[in-house]
This record gives sequence, C-alpha cells and structure tokens, in this order.
Amino acid sequence: MAISPIIGSAVTRVDGKLKVTGGAQYAVDHPIEGVAYGAPVASTIGSGRIANIDLSVAEAMPGVLGILYHGNCGPVYRTAGPFERNSIVSEGRPPFEDNKVYYYGQYVALVVADTFERALDAAAHVKVDYETAKPVTRMSEVTTPLGPAHRSYSRGDAETAFKNAPVKTDEVYTTPTETHNPMEMHATIAVWKGNHVTLYETTQGVVNMQGVVSQMLGVPLDNVHIVSPFVGSGFGGKLFPWPNTILAAMAARKLGRPVKVTVPRSLMFTTVGHRPITEQHIRLGATQDGKLQAVIHEVKNPTSLLSDYMENATGSTPVMYSCPNVKTAQWVVRLNIGSPMAMRGPGACPGMYGLDSALDDLAIKLNMDPLEIRLKNYAERDESSGKPFSSKHLRECYTKGAERIGWSKRTPGVGSMRDGNEIVGLGVGTAIWGAYRGGAHARVRLSADGRARVSSATQDIGTGTYTVMALIVADKTGLPVERIDSVLGDSSLPPGPMSGGSTATATIVPAVAAASVKVIGQMLDLASRTNGSPYKGVDAQTLAMTNGRVHKQGEAPESGIPFEKLLEMQQIAALEAEAQTGGAPDADNYSMHCFGAHFVEVGWDPGIARLRVRKTVTVMDAGRIISEKSARNQILGAVVMGIGMGMFEDTYYDPRNAKPLNNNFADYIVATNADIPEQEVIFLDYPDPVIGEYGARGIGEIGLVGVAPALTMAVYHATGVRVRNLPVRIEQLMKA
Amino acid sequence: MQAFRYTQAKTVDVALDPGQRFLAGGTTLVDLMKLNVETPHSVVDINLLPLDRVEPTPDGGLKVGALVRNSDLANHADVKARYTVLSEALLSGASPQLRNMATTGGNLLQRTRCYYYRDINYACNKREPGSGCPAQDGFNRIHAVLGGSDQCVATHPSDMAVAMMALEAVVHAKGAKGERQIALENFYLTPGTTPDKENVLEPDELITYVTLPRLAAGTRSHYLKLRDRAQYEFALASAAVVVQVEGSRIRRVRIALGGVGTKPWRSKEAEAVLEGKPAHTKNFEAAAAAAMRGAKPLKYNGFKIELAKQAIVRTLSMVTA
Ligand SMILES: Cc1cc2nc3c(=O)[nH]c(=O)nc-3n(C[C@H](O)[C@H](O)[C@H](O)COP(=O)(O)OP(=O)(O)OC[C@H]3O[C@@H](n4cnc5c(N)ncnc54)[C@H](O)[C@@H]3O)c2cc1C
Repeated sequence: MAISPIIGSAVTRVDGKLKVTGGAQYAVDHPIEGVAYGAPVASTIGSGRIANIDLSVAEAMPGVLGILYHGNCGPVYRTAGPFERNSIVSEGRPPFEDNKVYYYGQYVALVVADTFERALDAAAHVKVDYETAKPVTRMSEVTTPLGPAHRSYSRGDAETAFKNAPVKTDEVYTTPTETHNPMEMHATIAVWKGNHVTLYETTQGVVNMQGVVSQMLGVPLDNVHIVSPFVGSGFGGKLFPWPNTILAAMAARKLGRPVKVTVPRSLMFTTVGHRPITEQHIRLGATQDGKLQAVIHEVKNPTSLLSDYMENATGSTPVMYSCPNVKTAQWVVRLNIGSPMAMRGPGACPGMYGLDSALDDLAIKLNMDPLEIRLKNYAERDESSGKPFSSKHLRECYTKGAERIGWSKRTPGVGSMRDGNEIVGLGVGTAIWGAYRGGAHARVRLSADGRARVSSATQDIGTGTYTVMALIVADKTGLPVERIDSVLGDSSLPPGPMSGGSTATATIVPAVAAASVKVIGQMLDLASRTNGSPYKGVDAQTLAMTNGRVHKQGEAPESGIPFEKLLEMQQIAALEAEAQTGGAPDADNYSMHCFGAHFVEVGWDPGIARLRVRKTVTVMDAGRIISEKSARNQILGAVVMGIGMGMFEDTYYDPRNAKPLNNNFADYIVATNADIPEQEVIFLDYPDPVIGEYGARGIGEIGLVGVAPALTMAVYHATGVRVRNLPVRIEQLMKA
Repeated sequence: MQAFRYTQAKTVDVALDPGQRFLAGGTTLVDLMKLNVETPHSVVDINLLPLDRVEPTPDGGLKVGALVRNSDLANHADVKARYTVLSEALLSGASPQLRNMATTGGNLLQRTRCYYYRDINYACNKREPGSGCPAQDGFNRIHAVLGGSDQCVATHPSDMAVAMMALEAVVHAKGAKGERQIALENFYLTPGTTPDKENVLEPDELITYVTLPRLAAGTRSHYLKLRDRAQYEFALASAAVVVQVEGSRIRRVRIALGGVGTKPWRSKEAEAVLEGKPAHTKNFEAAAAAAMRGAKPLKYNGFKIELAKQAIVRTLSMVTA
C-alpha cells in the first residue's frame, strides 16, 4: 500500500496545545488528595559513613509526619538483575541500604511533612554526623594499574601499521562531565491502595519502571501502576529508575499517605546521572595523501562505586571510516561521584568528538581540507562486520551541507577569513548513530463516534511519539489526525518501547501499523457481513478503507460508507486489534545506521576574546521522516546541545568533598537563545529499505553527534588554537 | 528555608533589628534564604513604599527610587538617552524575569555568587567571620583579581553598580539616626579582615534613592560585559566608561570595572592616564595597564587581568569613535 503524503508532512504535534496552555499534567501536577511532601537530606561528604543521625529537632517541627533513613525505612530489595526482563536500575544499591556514603549528594534521609516548605525546613534540621574518608574524585588520583581492557575491538594489526605509517597523530582528547538537566526535574507521587501502588512519574520507560518498582518493593508486577503521560524531557537521565522513585514509594507505604518527592535542581547534579568525563588517547597513522592506515582509540571514563556504566566512546570507531587496521579499548575507573548514565548520544557523542578531532589533526598536519579527508576515508560498507549498510547517503550530506554553508569560499589559512572585528572559522563534523528496531505491542480501536484510538505503553519525552503514533493510524485509515487519540505513558497499556537509544519511533511504527491493518481488516469483514451494509456479501478482500470510509478497491472513497455507520448498524461500540511486532526481519544481514554532517561557522573577536557561533548547517540521512516538525525540532535542539557541549557545559567537582560546585542553572551554563545563531536543518529523507515498511529510523540523538568537533575545528580555523579539552574556554583562546 | 515572620512596611520610618531583613524584589534574599545562607527571623516587605519613581532633580540629574525595577530603569527614556551605560549594564544583567523583579536598592546590595559563600557546609569568612576561605585554593575562576585579601576574594557581581560607579551616583539612606547621603564611591568596602561587612550601610538603614548627577553635554558612555555565554551570566570582566571628548582629547573620563573586583571597581588610575590625552589606542592600552597594575591572579582566574584590559580598551575605542 502506498504511503500517504501525511507521512513526513509538517503536522503540528498533537499534544502541542495541551503543552502550551498548561493542560499537560507532568508528574507533580497530578492533583492527589491528602498528598504529603518528601524532602531529601543528602550527604555533604564524598566518602565515609554515617556515624549518627539526630532526628530529634526535625521530628518535633510543625507538620512533620515522619523521617525515613537507613535505620527505620523498612524492607527494600535489590532487583533480580539484568537477566530478568524489565528490571534495569541506574544504581544497583537501593536507597538507605546501609550507613555507607559513596558520593556527595547521596540520599541519607527523607523528611515527610504536610507542606513542601515544612518538609524543607525540617530536612535542614536533620543533624548527620559522618566519619569522613578522603574522596577520590579524579581519574588521575587512581594509581592502581588499569589492567586488561574492559571492552576492546581489533582488526588488522593497528600497532604495526601505526608504527610504519608515514604520517601520524598522537593526542589525548577529553570531554567534561555533562549533566542531563532536563527542564522537568525527576519527581514521583506515590499512592498506595492496599497492596497496590500507583506512581505518577516522569520516565523514559514505564514498562521497565513497573518491573523495577515491583522487585524493589517486593510486590507483584500487577500491583504496580506507572503513570507518565508527559515527560519534560530526560536526555537519558530518565531511562532507568533512580532512588528518588523508590523513596517516594517507601515513604508513602510507611506513612499510609500519598507522598510527593521532587529532586531539587541541586541534586539533579548528583543523584540522577551525568555523562562522565572521557579521556581519549587517539593515534592515527596515514599515507601522505591522507588515507588512514591505523586507528587506535583508547578511552577511560570514571564511574561510581555503585554502577558499572561505561561511556562507549569507541563504539562507532570501527564503523565510521575506512581503515584496514583498527584497535579500540575501554576502561572504567571508580570514583566517589554519583553514578553516570547514558546522556543523549552516549558513546558516539564524546567518541566522535575524539575521532573527528583526531582526523582534523591529521588534516592540519597534511594541509588537507577537513571535508576532503573525510571523503578520502569514506566507508562504503561496515568494515567491522563486512556487512553492507542498509542505507547510507553520508556523501550527499557532506556535499549538500558544504554548499549551504559556503564551504568552497573557505580559505584554509588560520585566521584568513574576516568580517569586521571578527575572524571567521569553518569546521565540519560527522554524525553517526546505530539504527535499531525492537519489539513492541500496540492497540488500535475504531469506535462508533468515528474516532480512532491508538495506545501503547511507551512514552513521549518531547520527541513526538504521540504524533508519530497518530500519523501512522492516519496513514492507514485515512482519518484526519484530529480524529485520532494517542494514548501512552501508562504501564497498564500493551507493553511498548523505551524512549531511548533513538529506537522508539522505529520500534513503535511497525506495531501501530500492524494493529491498524488488523483492525481495518476486521472492519472490512464487518462490512461484508452487516445487514444494510452496501458491501454485504462482498468479498472483504476486495474492500479497502480510505478517509475513514469502507469502499470497493478501485472505486472512489466517497462511494463507500464511513466505518462508524457500520458499527452503528451492528450496534457495536468499537472494533479493536492488538499487534505485536519484533525487530526488522533482515536486520542481521545489514549494518543499520543514521548518518549526518554538521557544518559550523564561528566568529572570533580577538580584541575582546569573544567567540560565538554564527551559523550551523546540518544535513541528516536518517531514514524516512514521519513527523517533519518534531523531527526538525529534535535536530535543532540537539545542535543547540552540541554548541553547549562544545562551549559551555562542565560539571566540576570540588576535589575536597566531591561536591559539584556549579550545581544550579546560574553557574552550570548551557546555551541561551542569544548564543544560538541561524540554524539550518535538511533531511535527505531516504527510506531505509531494511528497517521496515516506512523506512523510519530514530533521530533523537544523532543531531548531537559531531557538533563539537565541527565547532573546535572552526575555532582552530579562526584562532589557530587547537582545543582538545572541552569545553572551549576563553582562557584557552586568549593564547591565540 | 527556615520559617520566618512576614510584615509589610507602610512608611519609610521602619526600625529593623539585626535578625530582620528588608524584602524588595527578593531575587537575592529569597534565593539565599532557600539555601539557608540568610536566616532572618522576620522579613519586612518594603514594596508598598512610595519609592518606585524615576524623577528629574533640580540640577538636571536623575533621582531613582530604591524600588524602581531594573527593567523599568533600563527602559526609562532619560536613562536610555543620557545614561546609556546604566541602561546597557542593567540589560546585560540576569534575565528578563529577574530584572522585572529586581530593584535598584536590592541590586546595590546583592551578594556574591562565590560557590563557598552560597553553601553553608563550607567555611566562609563572609558568612561566619574567622571560619576560613575555601576559595583561596579552591576553584576560583570567577573570583576577584582586584581588592582581595587572604580572608576573601569574592567578587561583587552587580553590573548596575559598576555603571553607577562610573556615573558617580549617590546613595540616599534613612535609618534610626536620620537621613544621609553616601557617594557610591565610598559606599562599598574591600574585604580586608572584615569580609562580612560589604558596605557602610548600617543594618537598620533603608536605601531610599539613588541620584545620578547631571552629565555635561556631549558626554558619551558605554558598558561592555565579557563572559562565557552571550546572556544570563555574571561578568568575567566588564567595563563602564563615561567620557567627554573635546576635539581629539579626553576632557573627563570615568572608568569602572565589574567581575574582577571585590567591589564595583572604580579605576582612578586608568582615568588619570587618560585625562587631557588624545583618544587613541596607545593611551587606552596604557590606561588599561594602569587599571590592572595591582591585580593579583589566583590559580584559575589569571586570564581575567587580560580580559579586563581588553574590555577597557574596546569600550574606550567604542565611546570615543
Ligand atoms: C540567576 C541569577 C542571575 C543573576 N545575574 C545577574 C547579572 O548578570 N548581573 C547582575 O548585576 N545581577 C545579577 N543577578 C542579581 C540580581 O540583579 C539581584 O538579585 C537583584 O538586583 C537584587 O534586587 P532585589 O530587589 O531582588 O533584592 P532583594 O533580594 O529583595 O534584596 C537584596 C538585599 O538587599 C536588601 N535590600 C533590598 N532593598 C533594600 C533597601 N531599599 N534598603 C536596604 N536594604 C535593601 C535586602 O534586605 C537583601 O539583603 C542575578 C540573580 C540571579 C538569581
């Protein structure tokens, strides 16, 4: 069946009006009668143990209903582990398990009171005495040998090839700790009815959260209900539950009263993840004309004492460029900091900053154009697996982007392009992100009021999932989007995908399509056997549904009958079908990735050490675009975040007590509107023939990958300063 | 935040005891109360006082009520036209939402953004005299290179006050002992051994007005703020220049710096280099060097010395062009 023009058109997101009018209820917005407020008390040391907790003052304060800590919190369990489906937690240790402190900002108590203000005031009066140990906050302080790599890859003989290569680069690139900081802070309202608990949440995975909560609280899965209709973004920080969710549930159970817990912004820097530092040692060997002979990419990242999180920065390295000899290795180092967690474009984002920066260093050494060296090493197939790419149009991304930014006018000399007080610099970076489609269930219902309803236990974290689901139903049934209700964010719906890894769209689309086809089939069947139906007795196989009307194939839809009429004739409220779909059938034979190219133009005013981004152009080869507006929105936002990664973001820990010193939005700087220039986004819109009927791949993360190296190369072009430690700072450039 | 009493002042004759605080826009006070850095037992809201007007003074200057909001002052026609540096400084500060709340009096009295001052789990001589200063060997990229002591190196973060320094503003205050006027130049104190005392105001004194003197015809002014991002960030270095050029020579100039000093920093040294001299780059650079001669870098903020010089040179070039 042909795909209708509504797919890929600029439909306004279906939840847009609710969001801009305040009608969308985020986690803490749910009005719950009798709700009490939980205020966390967090550790102010980086390592050690709680020697004593004095609750006497706090307990006597007005409105205080109870205080939980390790001595009185009641049972809380560890999850059964990764072998058990849907039980992934961000931090293995349940809150309040014992009196040990592993990092600054770890929960040590939760004060519950009848108002938010009273809870906060009492929390400030919980007196905690610690036995303090010296925290280890930097990888350089860890002197024990790294030992064998925790993950590695090799093809050819990279060390020998590097040794023999006529041209080499050998540099260390670092990326800082970045904190996810979604607008909506992590929050939970927990409501118990007997042995059943409902959690109003903000999560990227209602299904996984249901499993985790059931296991950690020791109640059957059926007794746990997760409700998360709107999510003020997550950026990966909300993929898997953090202790705050369990704390709210524990407190509500103990006190026999609904409890609301919001993680304050300051604790968003310690207790709900971050993208850890990466330290990347990259060695490239090449021929005189810039053809790669050896790529050696070795990465260390810190993790906490409670998580094994590895920032897989070498993940894309074997796939990205053509090279016979490639070696990668990764290590994790344990520090007294909160647990890291995947942040938008995990692995690839810091990893491609390293790899593309190294390639630029090679280009600088060879006096080669940065775009030319990328084309020179273009990978025609996935050399790590030998498989063909399901669909790759990266070359076109480069050429289209180059045209739009005016790359041909780029003069190679450092500082050679001027505009008034500003020196102009141009750089290019490559984006790559694995495309994956998993399994999902979806349900579609056609009801007598002429509306359709599509549902699945997935989430919309701002990425447009509500709209994508509606568009697929619109495409299949021909109903206008206004007559379709999208329902998600509820664990009682048929299990749907996580909003993570840029997989939700590719995963949910086939399930919704299959459920739509199924329910349409039922409707055609109904038409062929309903008394009074113009198609009574007609073979259902010869019927079709268009514009919401059942008609004979080959005849105009207007000749047919609206489906709601058929339901009326049969006195049926609705027809409903559920479908389950899995991975792409032919996925094993292909390497599936999204690609893209970013072009960044910066302006450097050396008289006042001012750097700004003047323009960005992004061209994406991301499969077929289902919802144009939300897709564009994803890429625009990701590039903004990439500018933040390149120029601003850096969580810095005080080495004395492991506190993130800039744990607020005045001191942790991200890009503001004034930092963002004209941005151009182009989608090539080639359907991926392998991933499924619609050819749609995910695009939530790829937009961030490759922005930072394009930016630092543009900075070098303008200033002559090669920044290898993000973010680019004024003081580094003042050496220009 | 700890529980407190809330009252509203109906007249400017309010008596305060040391455990009380005036509440104006609240953008500093309430912020610090939430951090338990400020723990007043009672708060006296002064927003009902009739101090929210900008009026001309008989000698051709401007009288600004202590409760005039930063946004209103920045967009006041007279301020935009004649006291450009002030309008620009205000608009470079904070965010629109904050400026809509922030007041003239409150802005002068805003507290430092030093990380250690703002966290009660750290020692801080400003908060608790004698307890210590973790900024000295801590992360001090945002700290002061001018006016610091071994007890405190926190910057005064106001942009408005820097512009007002260059405009030679006068603070009007009213307390138990009556009314008085304090030249802004004499208003702030360097930390020395008493970093808890940031200015000469008595705890019970209320700022009622700030007056701006008349500027001679042909005076030009400009504020330039340098920082990591383009908006919504405190200055790493800023310069306010008010200048009167006659022919090609500088007749009179006032220069103040932000982001680099423990108080809004007037540089008479830089002014002395320039007065009577031709307005050209060599002299601007000499003035900038004079302004930063006494600067003492800490581990992470040495770049501010050069950055402040750049701010001075560029601002002078712009206003004299
Ligand atoms: C996130 C953030 C970013 C900011 N960025 C900047 C920036 O870039 N540049 C900048 O200059 N500022 C910035 N600020 C600071 C802001 O300008 C000040 O908070 C504001 O000007 C204070 O004014 P207010 O009226 O809100 O003061 P309040 O908080 O009401 O009062 C501050 C203090 O002054 C006292 N007080 C107030 N009025 C009087 C009076 N009439 N007489 C005696 N005492 C009085 C109060 O008791 C209190 O101690 C920022 C603030 C925040 C929170």
